[in-house]
Order: sequence, then structure tokens, then C-alpha cells
Amino acid sequence: MEGFTWNIGDKIVNSRLIIGSALYPSPKIMVEAIQASRAEIVTVSLRRQAAGDKDGKEFWQIIKDLKINVLPNTAGCHTAKEAVTTAMMAREVFATNWIKLEVIGDQYNLQPDPFELVKATKALIKEGFEVFPYTTDDLVLATRLVDAGCNILMPWGSPIGSGKGLMNPYNLEAIRNRYPNINLIVDAGIGKPSDAVQALEIGYDGILLNSAIALANEPVIMATAFKNAVNAGVLAKQAGMMQKKELASPSTPTIGTPFWHND
Amino acid sequence: MSELSVVVNGKKTILTQGLNLQQVLDKQGYKNEQVAIALNETFIARSQYQNTLIEANDCIDIVAPMQGG
Repeated sequence: MEGFTWNIGDKIVNSRLIIGSALYPSPKIMVEAIQASRAEIVTVSLRRQAAGDKDGKEFWQIIKDLKINVLPNTAGCHTAKEAVTTAMMAREVFATNWIKLEVIGDQYNLQPDPFELVKATKALIKEGFEVFPYTTDDLVLATRLVDAGCNILMPWGSPIGSGKGLMNPYNLEAIRNRYPNINLIVDAGIGKPSDAVQALEIGYDGILLNSAIALANEPVIMATAFKNAVNAGVLAKQAGMMQKKELASPSTPTIGTPFWHND
Repeated sequence: MSELSVVVNGKKTILTQGLNLQQVLDKQGYKNEQVAIALNETFIARSQYQNTLIEANDCIDIVAPMQGG
């Protein structure tokens, strides 16, 4: 649908939802949920694999069969060096220059390490990567990443897997207002469809989520709910929302109202 | 034939001396697997496997696609 077209990382997709591939009850449910979400970008990862282990191979075949874009991540990395090495390995295995750059600085809330994140970003952009940096909602950090050459920023709504939604909409809006031409994606913390609607209503270009769908009681139904939520948010932003007012004003015309009180 | 000790995916492994990365992959059972390699935490491109000789105490990480968020 034309209104949902999104130019991201030199590709055009028709959904503003980026979906994760982890935590589903089964591979079958993962496939059904991804298809129901209509997402055209799915996140994947790399892990050590023992020789002869078929799990990784089977998983990758399932993802390839979906025929959508893959966005590899650097989950688990704590230094720029680890993240750069992981990104290089991901580029070779997944045959894409896209990388969801995660450099974790705190094990408790999985907050990105801003210093290592910027260092890794600079190194990867130099190597020709399209960096999707998982960052906080800090405006100065956003500026450092844009200065490093990022076309995309992915501030958190709240900590990964917390489902707490957008904890600081003010900060997220500040980044939106400062960088109107950067692709902004809320990554992490989305817990329910209304969080996704909110992100798009404040002008974010997309959302990235995993747990909110994979950990729902019915992931496939939740995937449909998020598909509709994301579309609603995009349309609401396009339509332009009414201004808030301090006082009530009647929506039904008052002229000709019977029993009108003139006194 | 002399041997050397390396670490493959965190496990101590004894290999024949003089092997390159491609030979290590084949001997460890990764033939034709879609994997990528870091040698001592540095990425080694597939095109360089045959030119990269393994030395004692090397740490080899062999990774493959996995679910991720």
C-alpha cells in the first residue's frame, strides 16, 4: 500500500515494522507470526556452532524461505572490537551490509555503551556498513552517531524485553525534531500495540520489536495486532492530528437543539 | 607429526601442526557449513582461509546463523 512505503537502508519496504526471530514457542509459530505481521525485515544473529549442529542451518533455511530482508545484530557484544568483528562475520554469512549495532554497557538494563557504540559505528561505516545503531534516547549521543555518518538511529523506548513502552516520549520527540530527515526507529521496550501507535504518531518512521509478539499468549494474533497498530500510526501521522484543547467543545451542532436553554 | 593446542569455540582442541583454517574447518566437521570465523577475535574472510595458518594457542570462533531480536 502506497502510504506505508518506507525507504530504509537503500531498500524500499511496505511495512514500518521490523520483527525479531527469537523467543517464539516454535519455528512454525515464528514463521506464521512473521508472515502475519507483514514485516519485510527480520532480525537475526550469530552464535558459536558445534560441527554437525543442524539447528543453525535449519533456522537460516526457514528465514531464507520467507524471502524478506535480514538485519543481523551484534547482540552480546560489550566492546567496539567485538561488535566490529561480529558485524564482519554477519556480513559474510548473511550477505548484507546492514547491521543492527548493539554494544551493551550495562548487564542489568542492557543499556548501550555510548562510547563504544560511537567507536564501532565509525569503524563500520568506514567498512561500508549501513549501521542501524541501538542507542538510548540521548540527543547528544544521537548527534554523535549522525556526525559519524548514520542515516538511521534506533533509540530505545525502554530496556530490551521490558515491555514498558515509551518511557520518555519527550526525549524521543527531541531526537525526531532535531533530525527530521534521519530514519528513526524505536527499538526495544515496545510491549503492546498502543506503544507502536504512539511511536509512529510522534513521527518515528518505524519500530523494531521481538518479545511483544513472541511472548504473547498467541503470537500470531499479536503479530496481526501490531500490523494494524503500525498501519494506524502511519495513517494517523499522515492525516495530521487535531490540536488538544483545554476546554470541551461540542461535536454535535447546537443550532436548533430542542429545549435549548437561553436563560 | 607434531601437534599444537588451540581453542575452538571455547574448547581446547589438539590439531596437527601446519594446518590452514580451511583444513581445520574440514577436519572439525564444518565442511560446506555456512559459517564465519574469527581468529583471536579478528574476522577472517572466507577467501583467506587457505592462506591463514593456525598457530599454537590460537582462539578460533566459528559462528552460524541463529535467532535474534
